[in-house]
Parts: sequence; structure tokens; C-alpha cells
Amino acid sequence: MESLGVVIAFYVLSTITIGSALAVFLLRNLVHAIVLLVLSFLGMAGLFLTLSADFIAISQILIYAGAISVLLVFAVMLTPLGSRDNANSLYINIGAPVGFLISLLIGFMAWNTSWNELSSNEIKQRDFTDTIREIGDQLLDKHLLSFEVASVLLLFALVGAIILVKEVKKEEDLIVESENS
Amino acid sequence: MTPKIPSSNSTSATPMNRQIAARPTLLGFVQNFSIKTKLILGILGLIFLVGNGLIAFIVIDGRLDGKWYDIRDLGYSIEFLRTKLASNNQELILGYTLGDVLAYWVPAVIGAVGILSFLGGFLLIGSWIERRLLARFQIRTGPNRVGPYGLLQPIADALKLMQKEVLIPIGADKMLFFLPPILVFIPAMLTWGPIPWSANMSYLDINVGLLYVISITSLSVLAVWMAGWASNNHYALLGSMRTVAMMVSYEIPIGLSLLSVVLMTGSLRLSSIVSWQADHYLWLALIMPFAFFTFFFSSTAEINRTPNDIAEAESEIVAGFHTEYSGMKAGLFLAVELGNALLTGALVATFFLGGYTLFGLENWIPGYLILAGKATLGYFFFIWLRGTLPRFRIDQLMSFAWKYLIPLSIAHVLLIAVEVSIVARLESVEWLIYILFVVFNVLITIYAVRSWAKAIGYTSEIEHPQQPVFATQMGGIKAARHIG
Repeated sequence: MESLGVVIAFYVLSTITIGSALAVFLLRNLVHAIVLLVLSFLGMAGLFLTLSADFIAISQILIYAGAISVLLVFAVMLTPLGSRDNANSLYINIGAPVGFLISLLIGFMAWNTSWNELSSNEIKQRDFTDTIREIGDQLLDKHLLSFEVASVLLLFALVGAIILVKEVKKEEDLIVESENS
Repeated sequence: MTPKIPSSNSTSATPMNRQIAARPTLLGFVQNFSIKTKLILGILGLIFLVGNGLIAFIVIDGRLDGKWYDIRDLGYSIEFLRTKLASNNQELILGYTLGDVLAYWVPAVIGAVGILSFLGGFLLIGSWIERRLLARFQIRTGPNRVGPYGLLQPIADALKLMQKEVLIPIGADKMLFFLPPILVFIPAMLTWGPIPWSANMSYLDINVGLLYVISITSLSVLAVWMAGWASNNHYALLGSMRTVAMMVSYEIPIGLSLLSVVLMTGSLRLSSIVSWQADHYLWLALIMPFAFFTFFFSSTAEINRTPNDIAEAESEIVAGFHTEYSGMKAGLFLAVELGNALLTGALVATFFLGGYTLFGLENWIPGYLILAGKATLGYFFFIWLRGTLPRFRIDQLMSFAWKYLIPLSIAHVLLIAVEVSIVARLESVEWLIYILFVVFNVLITIYAVRSWAKAIGYTSEIEHPQQPVFATQMGGIKAARHIG
């Protein structure tokens, strides 16, 4: 394993991540839950940093802690009684077993995979220093199709959002307008 | 029949004109120094220059070839110590040897202390600068009672804020109310990290520096929202909602304008962006004026400054999201606002105005002084805007971001992409191509801005009345002339 500093960082960051993720669904206050969810995202970003994945760490902060949290904030602010509490719901009857099964599956996979461990010196010997350039090359070369499909999906989402919020004029208003003109 | 405008040098004796004539000027300010003050200032300046020279001479073991060197050149002596101590390969702390500690931790401490002391010094003087300058824009005096020229006013303000009681409103969410003044400080500090102060002199020169800046600044949204939400106050909540909406909207133009910077320079590392501009003797503000404007304008929205300070509009919602904060907690919000203004100045300088370089001058003057000068210039520009422009309404701001800045920014990114591919094909006559692009981009920006404004219904021309219409109708024009 790496030097002692990285080990300490790993344990501190995983405690923060798991602890705040637990608190998200144990806390009754919905707003506190959002704040702790962001803390959990930041802990994940820190874990990526200990793995030398700088681009993914920064994207984690930018997308999850920056954008997704704002989405949740808007959801809370625009929903009536959104601030009330993080109430129980019947979905827990389905969610708990499914979540348990998924975590079991991931744990089993992680246990069974033979991790091809590279020491940090071996990683340094690989001939890319600029992760972001490498990611860009891969996206526009090997994974071009999925990249384009994702962009089309985003375009659909954009158009859908515009259609949802677009003001539809009623027929009466149109008649009034034509009479005025 | 045009009304006579009183010229400033006419000796008409209205009180207003006398006031204007008697207002303090910068030249007069300097001339009014006593001989003693001038001497002391001169000696201080000399000491500064000699000290810099001495540092350069001592640190770089006599390699004084007529150029300035930075503090970071301590690296040479540290490297010397490190190689001396390398034989002593004992583990000192956390797996680092003594040499590692010297090589990494000493520059880290020096950098942190340097940045923090620069920022702290600015926070001490910044509010005085802002108030005095605003006063000059409005032809009044500004704070001039505490200390010489009112220089100790910020300290007096800070002492006043510290003495005040920190109130927590009834019904406030205590935990969330406590956190925001601290949380809002963290992004404001962290964003200083990747900014290069000179060659090889940036605190955190990561290869995703630009993304880092965008992502860290976007974190302050949450602190602002928490402050507004926890206050249990309608004004605070409205202010925080406005701030969140504004920040979310204006992050997109910022991202797009920085995308064109990345396209042109081919790197996300801030020091390479600066060195690209230094190598080509070309500021990015010249080659992409629209991105420059977009970044500058959107930044004013991000940091809540005029003309985009609707989130803190005093006349509508008291003080916005920090209405309920009192004492030093409110002071922290104000300090962050000041610090962010300087930070934005530094970012604009780094991305668009050549950073620490100034067409070769950086070889003769320490680069950090140039960057500090440019950042302060940006700060001055913010104060100028504040003294000049009125406040936008929230719907005007939103529609300006979504209907105006974003479509034009997307078109701008396309334009820059085409230009970059042209440059890549014609590398032999690069400088000529860049000159052509500067001219072309300035022209097409003016054309696109005007035509798009016309297309979505902004009127481009304001009809200025040639004479005071209302006064003429009321028969008051004669009186108006007599005043002149």
C-alpha cells in the first residue's frame, strides 16, 4: 500500500462518506439531509483524489456537490411543505431488500475480483502524465458512439424542459390579441 | 435653443461648482505631502528595491544577471539542502524524509502565508479603498476621520462588528445558521490555490486547474442557500433564492467562456494558459473579447456586485441572505465579498489579461507584483461599475443570461474552435493569422452583439433629450439658465 498519509486519508474520508450517507436517511430534517449528502459527495471526491484520479475528483465536486445539490435545493424550495421532514414512506419495504441485495452483489464482486494492483511507481511508468488529455482522446476516439448518444440524450432533456415550461397561450387570449391588433 | 452647460473651469460661484472645484485630486494629494513624508516614502521604496535585490543575490548564489527572481527561487537553496540531507535517509514523519519535508513543506508554508497575508492585507485596506473611491465618484469625501485620510476606518469597523452581539433569531435552524459564515470562506480561500503568481510560483499547479476553479466556486451556492434558509426570515429566503438562481444561470456562460479559453490555449493548467499568452505576446482578451466580457459580467453575478447585486438589494430585501446575521458573522460575509472581488480580478487577469506577465516586463519586476496590480485594477473596475450602473431587475438578469449570453457564447465557442483548427493547419504564419483573428473577432463580436440584441428586442439606441423637456413645459428653462 501507499505511504501512511494516504492510509490515514483513506480512513478519514471513508468515515466521512459513509457516516454522512448514513445520516442522510437517518436524519428527520430534510434540509440537514441535503447538506450531509453534499458532504458525502465531497468525501467521495477526496477518495478519488487519493487514487490520483484528479479529473474524476473535480468532476465529482462540479457535478454532484455543485449541480445535483442545487437541483435538490430547488426541489425543496419549490415543493410545498418540502421542509417538513424526511418522512417514512412505504417504499422502504421495497427499497431496503433491493438495496441489501445490491450491496451484497457489489461486495461479492469486489471480494471475488482479482485486483490487478499497480504500485504508484508502475503507474508513473505508464506514459501518460495528463489524465485529462487521455480521457479526451478516449472519449472522441474509442467511445465516440456512446459520447454522441449521451449528447443526443442531453439534447432531448433540454428540449423536453423547454416544452414543459413553455407558456401555452389560451385561445381566448389569442382572440383578444387579434381583436386588439 | 440649447441650455448652457456650466463648464468646470468657469468661476461661477454656485455652491455646487465651488464644491466641485475644491474637491481633492490625486495630484494635489501627492503634492500635499510634507517633505518628511516624501522622504520616508522614498526611503521605504528604496529599502524594498534593495531588499528584493538582496534576496535575489543571496538566494541564487550570486547569479545576479540583471533580472528579478521570485521567492520561489528559495527552491534552489532548498534543493541544495535536500541533496545534502538525502544521505540521511531516515523517516521523519509519515514516511517523509527530512529532505522531502524541506522540499515540499517549506514552500507550502511560505506559499500559504504569502497568499493569506496578501489577502488579509487587502481585507484591511479594501473597504477603505472602495468607500473612498465611491465617494470620489459621487463628489463627496468619504471616511476621513479615523487615522490619516481615514485609513484606520476598516479596523474601527472590524472592532465595532466584534463588539456587537451575535444574535440567533427564534425559530432559526441553529446548526445551519452557525455553519454558513465558515463555509462561505472555504471556497473563497481555496480558489486562490491554482493561480500562478509568477513562473513556477503557484500554490497548487494541477492539470485540471480551470475545472477546479469552476467547481470550487460553485460550492459557495450551498452556503448562501443555507444562510438564507436557516434564518427563518422571508427577506433572507428571497435573497438566497435569487442568489441560487443567479449563480446557477451565470455558471453556464462562465463555463462556456472558459471553454473557449481552453480551446485556444489547449490546456486546463492555469500556468500554461498564462505562458501561452506570454509566448504569443497576445492577451486572450484581445482575441476573444466576447468571452472576456461574458466572464467579467457573469462574475459580478457570482459574487453579488453591482450591476448584479439584486440578491442584496437594500431597497427591497434589506440585505438578502445575510439579513439576520449580526456582529462578526455579518462581517465575515462582507469580508468574503471583498475578497471575492479581488479574487475575480486575479482570475480575469490570469485567464484573459496575461496573468503575471506583461510583455517581457516580468523579467525585470517580480511577477507577483504584476498580478497583484492587475487584480487590484479589476477591483477598481468593480468599484467603478458600482459607482456608475444601476441595478438590474431579477427577471432582466435571468433573461439576459439565458436569452443573450448563452446563445452567443455557444456561437462564440464554435467560432473559436474553427479558428483553432485554422491555426493548427497554418502554423508557419501563425502571428499573421492571430492578428487577422483579433481584427475579425472584434468586428464580428460588435456585429453579433448588436444584431442579437436587436433580434430579441433590446433597443440599441436611447433617445437623449436635447433640452430639459419638463422644465421647458413648466417655464423653468430661464431659471435653469440663470443657475448656470
